[in-house]
Amino acid sequence: MASMRDIKRRKGSIQGTQQITKAMKLVSTVKLQRARASAERSKGYFTCMYETVNNILQRVGHIDHKYLTSGASAKKAVIVITGNRGLAGGYNSNVIKLVTRHQGWRKEDLELYCLGTKGREAFLRNGYHVMECDSEIVESPMYKDAAALCSRLLASFAEGEIGEIYLAYTGFKNTVSHIPTLLRLLPVETSGEEDFDDRETSAIMNFEPEDSEALDMLIPKYVTSLIYGALRESVASENGARMQAMDNATSNAEEIISDLTLKYNRARQGSITQELTEIIAGAEALG
Amino acid sequence: MADKNDFLLRIITPDRVFYENRVDMVEFNTTEGEIGILPGHIPMTVIVKPGILSISEPEGEKKAALHSGFAEILPEGVTILAETIEWPGEIDGDRAKSAKERAEKRLSGKSPNTDIAKAETALQRALARIEVLK
Repeated sequence: MASMRDIKRRKGSIQGTQQITKAMKLVSTVKLQRARASAERSKGYFTCMYETVNNILQRVGHIDHKYLTSGASAKKAVIVITGNRGLAGGYNSNVIKLVTRHQGWRKEDLELYCLGTKGREAFLRNGYHVMECDSEIVESPMYKDAAALCSRLLASFAEGEIGEIYLAYTGFKNTVSHIPTLLRLLPVETSGEEDFDDRETSAIMNFEPEDSEALDMLIPKYVTSLIYGALRESVASENGARMQAMDNATSNAEEIISDLTLKYNRARQGSITQELTEIIAGAEALG
Repeated sequence: MADKNDFLLRIITPDRVFYENRVDMVEFNTTEGEIGILPGHIPMTVIVKPGILSISEPEGEKKAALHSGFAEILPEGVTILAETIEWPGEIDGDRAKSAKERAEKRLSGKSPNTDIAKAETALQRALARIEVLK
């Protein structure tokens, strides 16, 4: 049996850890509330944007447009949104796995744009080609940052350097459920023929300027809004995941502490009994 | 539709719902020129250019500086998805003035490196801000 002093030291260190995890949980709870509120505030914009763009694409049908057909290049750009810090359960690794375990993707074809340092570290370790890394953007997502990234990507898409653009992020469903999601940004995925009937009934939409010109301007906005929305959701998910992870860590620490307390008391009792036996034995030997 | 003389106007930005109310008329600047929308407009999608957005409510008129985005116009309502839009109270007048001067200087300068389109947009934006403040 371990000595009393060892047990006491171990218990002290676990109590220290528990205090830290408890504090981290509180911090991420507050951050989660803020991130969730802002994610919900901006949700209206993206739903509206999504509906409008889908509506337009359905109406124009299979138009030959540079953003709607994939480029000749086999290169795929993937925007990966992870956190800057660990200790958030499976949050970071789930997103990374989405990319590394994707069927039919070859390492050499991928160009990664990592938002968040955790993703960059993991991909560099595994020999992926990381084009860009921005760790600031996930701390406080700004629309203009998303727009800047989007315009860089669209430029290389238009020049034919990359054939497809994907986005890997963590969707925020609620506090306990976060879904790692892989989304194709370009060429734009149209929701297909299922809404074909609606098209007949829905009002005929006019464009000023012409269809293709309007798409030139709309699609960058659409892609930007998707990136921005993904950022917002990922931040909320990260805090949610960290809150959960820290909650588990705190309760695990609690369990170990109670186990150690029991062991410590038993060891103390043992040593007292031993001392007593020794004293009695000594007294008997004298007498 | 003829009996209705107002429609629902929604202005949404990436960060918030900027405005949502029934209005009589809305006017703003688009790539094809300034337009005013009354109830029962034909369905149309337009791209916004920097300019003044003026909303005619039953109680009076409201103005805002609208910088970029697009608008979906339907007979029963208008949705403006704005990337940037500001109420007069949110605009820094001095900053707008200095931005205007900067843009004008860049446009009048003959430097071949000037991104004319960018400078023009900046100028339009500054002008819209100053105009709204008046």
